[in-house]
Amino acid sequence: MTGRYVYMDHSATTAVDKSVLEAMLPFFSDKFGNPNSIHSWGRESRKAVDAARGKVASLIGADPGEIIFTGGGSEADNLAIKGAAFTHRDKGRHIITTAVEHHAVLDAFEWLHKEGFDVTVLPVDETGMVRIQDLEAAIRNDTILVSMMFANNEVGTIQPVAEASALCRERGIIFHVDGVQAVGHIPVDVRDLGIDMLTMSAHKMYGPKGVGGLYIRKGVRLEPIIHGGGQERGLRSGTENTAGLVGFGAAADLAAKRLSDGSIDKETRLRNLLLDSVAGPIEEIFVTGHRTKRLPFHGSICVGSLEGESMLLRLDAAGIGASSGSACTSGSLEPSYVLLAMGLSHETAHGSLRLTLGKDTTEEDIVYVAENLKRIVTELRALSPLWKNRG
Amino acid sequence: MDVYTEKVMDLFMNPKNAGRMEDPDGVGEVGNARCGDIMKIYIRVKDERIEDISFETFGCASAIASSSMVTEMVKGMTLDQALAISNKEVVNALGGLPPQKIHCSVLAEEGIQAAIEDYRSKQKAKTGGSA
Repeated sequence: MTGRYVYMDHSATTAVDKSVLEAMLPFFSDKFGNPNSIHSWGRESRKAVDAARGKVASLIGADPGEIIFTGGGSEADNLAIKGAAFTHRDKGRHIITTAVEHHAVLDAFEWLHKEGFDVTVLPVDETGMVRIQDLEAAIRNDTILVSMMFANNEVGTIQPVAEASALCRERGIIFHVDGVQAVGHIPVDVRDLGIDMLTMSAHKMYGPKGVGGLYIRKGVRLEPIIHGGGQERGLRSGTENTAGLVGFGAAADLAAKRLSDGSIDKETRLRNLLLDSVAGPIEEIFVTGHRTKRLPFHGSICVGSLEGESMLLRLDAAGIGASSGSACTSGSLEPSYVLLAMGLSHETAHGSLRLTLGKDTTEEDIVYVAENLKRIVTELRALSPLWKNRG
Repeated sequence: MDVYTEKVMDLFMNPKNAGRMEDPDGVGEVGNARCGDIMKIYIRVKDERIEDISFETFGCASAIASSSMVTEMVKGMTLDQALAISNKEVVNALGGLPPQKIHCSVLAEEGIQAAIEDYRSKQKAKTGGSA
């Protein structure tokens, strides 16, 4: 092997950027004050948390007062969904989401179903996109909440968020968007979109893990799920993770820069180069998800006659980090529910492969990945009883 | 993500007895694509012994390693000896498998049995036909 390492799993997590790390470091030992303390140590930390809130708000076109920091995206999803459902339960008991949401959303809905809420899960088309007419048809008089992801983690498809938002707004329904995969990677403006709540996660955009945020439009009321010292306007008690929040702020700054300096175009070009080098040139590989309405850094494919885990481990041996929605990698006997919801067969879904680029991915990396994938697919197909040209 | 033993990884990266066999005496196919594992075992039999064996497997690393291991274990054995190989012996020879991957070793055991059954039923048909 060449000793080359190419990390192609940025949908799973990203490395903390050096600028982000540098911003965070003083807040562990030197500037350690509790932001809720009145003394100079406390005020210094409070200032830093406020500055971070301003940066995150600015990235999505919100007011700083509309950002609640949380311990990650899953917590923000739970706060948004459970918080809104319990606040408005007297208005109605019907809540809507989609079949391709992250488990943080789907499982929160399932729990609410057990608590007596009526749940509608919207289907998706073959690209993983919700049909807006399905949402319109699902809305009832007692619908109080709709939760839809901005873009899908497994196939990168971007949902018709603006249209869904308009539908909900006309009917006075709270509209939550899980923006974990999208924020920082495509332009997101909460005012333009008119959405009520937006989930964000720092570690998907070169910030630290365990740090997230929820945009809550002014006037939207929520019940907290964590009670205590009343931090974050009483919506998320617990002493602020100062260093982490500073990191989130620095990551938001970095994202804003990347969104305006051509980085995203470069990422899109490299992603297209990757997909064009494997889907087509290698037999029986096709792109999953929408070809154009998708996250710029996101590549996902299905490889015929092969199983995902075997490809991942062979790629890993070549220094390439990727992921798959096969049963063997999901830890269950079922392949990815996202791919099944898109109408793919079990057999096809077992051969899924996700290759997600990052800000430091180069053209040489893409060429290396494409070459190795081609070699590995050929080698493994020689072993596969499903492959037609074997032997 | 499961952590595999060195032996599993070694056989997954460099499987033994891999590939289709031309004109085998017996073929066994077990598993199904829906579950993500298919194992196909080919055997050539001489004097009631497995003279040659190969496999084709669609599945994860542990399925491929289990196929490789079981084919190595039964090569040269009499058919009765090969039928007695259990999935536990395959697991042990691999230095262990993660709990949710044990079914791969079961497929390996069943694959051998299916290939031998196929061989025997073909033999029966032959002798039955000539009698």
